[in-house]
Amino acid sequence: MTTQTTPLIPGTATGTALRLDAPISFWGGVNPQTSEITLAGHPQRGTAIAGTILIIPQLIGSSSSSAVMLELSRAGLAPAALILGSRDAILPVGVIVARQMGWPAIPVLVLPDPPFQTGETLSIAHDGRVTNA
Amino acid sequence: MTMEIVVETARMLGADALIEIHSSHIDGCLYHGDSGVLFCEKLASEGARVVVPATTNVGALNLLKPDQSRLSPDQRKMAYRLMMAHEQMGCTPSWTCAPYQAGARPALHQQVAWGESNAVAFVNTVLGARTNRYGDFLDIACAITGRAPYYGLHKPENRRAKLLIDVSALPACLLREDAFFPVLGALTGRLAGETVPLIDGLPTATEDQLKSLCAGAASTGALALIHIVGITPEARDHATALGHLPPEEAVTVTPDMIRQTRDSLSLAPDGAIDSVALGSPHFSTAECRMLLSLANGKPFRVPVYICLGRHTMRALAADGTDKGLADLGVEFVTDTCVVVTPILPAEPGVMMTNSAKFAHYANGNTGHAPVFGTLKECVTSAQSGHVVRDVEVWE
Repeated sequence: MTTQTTPLIPGTATGTALRLDAPISFWGGVNPQTSEITLAGHPQRGTAIAGTILIIPQLIGSSSSSAVMLELSRAGLAPAALILGSRDAILPVGVIVARQMGWPAIPVLVLPDPPFQTGETLSIAHDGRVTNA
Repeated sequence: MTMEIVVETARMLGADALIEIHSSHIDGCLYHGDSGVLFCEKLASEGARVVVPATTNVGALNLLKPDQSRLSPDQRKMAYRLMMAHEQMGCTPSWTCAPYQAGARPALHQQVAWGESNAVAFVNTVLGARTNRYGDFLDIACAITGRAPYYGLHKPENRRAKLLIDVSALPACLLREDAFFPVLGALTGRLAGETVPLIDGLPTATEDQLKSLCAGAASTGALALIHIVGITPEARDHATALGHLPPEEAVTVTPDMIRQTRDSLSLAPDGAIDSVALGSPHFSTAECRMLLSLANGKPFRVPVYICLGRHTMRALAADGTDKGLADLGVEFVTDTCVVVTPILPAEPGVMMTNSAKFAHYANGNTGHAPVFGTLKECVTSAQSGHVVRDVEVWE
């Protein structure tokens, strides 16, 4: 099945989807050294986001999350791609700065109510189409 | 580089124009790892300088007492380099998350580009300035270019409230209690998420109460603007804040909802505590004086940290409040705060606080389990070493 999304930062990626079951702020919610979710009480606490196609239906929290995104990029611990439920600048700015610094820059897509579930294998095309293998 | 960041962001957000901004508050001076330091030093070395007044948020070090943070020598050096890169770019070294209480107060309807979620919520809500939530790097890019993408809360039509939160059914004495405001903030953040809410039924609020409400709401939700009928400048009345349309959703807050939210801010049962952390957002002079008055000369048995800006330290020194608090056992934390850098006791324990923001972030960032209480409860608990409750407040 193929779903058209809007690419904020176009690119290609393939990976396993990790859908956040509860909203999260990367700052205070993700460890930049390990990429693990650290937020107390979060249902996915302890899960590493590195290499996943991270589905973020709803964003919350701190404006320091761009810095955590950049740090994950430089450390090679970034997700393979982000699919956001709404347009937002905080995480994508971390990706743009990564690109400017010559570090890996991942695709960022937006799709309201993204249908993708944890564990699905997804392929992202440059035009924003997401294929569920 | 900075104009590319601003223009790319505008494109991603679907903004068709940039606007001129009047000031910025820079969140990017807090060390999260070497990547941000390298980026800011690259900007500074290429000659980038801010073109609008730009205050700095907290760094990872108390520059007056750098050993206070238990960072490795290498991390301390990088944290310091990051703070200095911002000074080199011409930022005003305010090192506070409450710059609006240190003289940086945007005017009504003024377009600004601020970072730090509580400060964003405060200037939109309390001052009626216009900003989105600017993250690290975009904030400095806007300050250097003097421009921001014209979208979101910069546009008057997006500032309309759509969710009505009615607190008029709550007891009048609860509505005046300082500790009610961070709890209402946390509840508002959870109810509203990213929707602009309108709170109706609050009789009055001090600036410090609004500060704690905004900080709570911006921690539990992505809130950047809260209207409060009769109190905030864009909500003189219902109809104005709602844009003369009916609310899309309405919630009547019950005492149970307040108690449940309050309880959700504690992750440890009442018992022994290891520390008390105050000042998220940074404590004001009035809050410090209130603490001194509540303590009534009785010293603290556990470490009590007050996070605050140097502007407040100067005011406290002027009338001896600083000495009075230090004599009780208070440890002052300037330029930074205890949930962004390791200052709390090394062994994770129980940290009591009157801040919804500290309660929200403490466990993930420090490993300490928060217990939420009123300032009076924090004081009596610090004096006895275990949680002492003042139950009447919440009835």
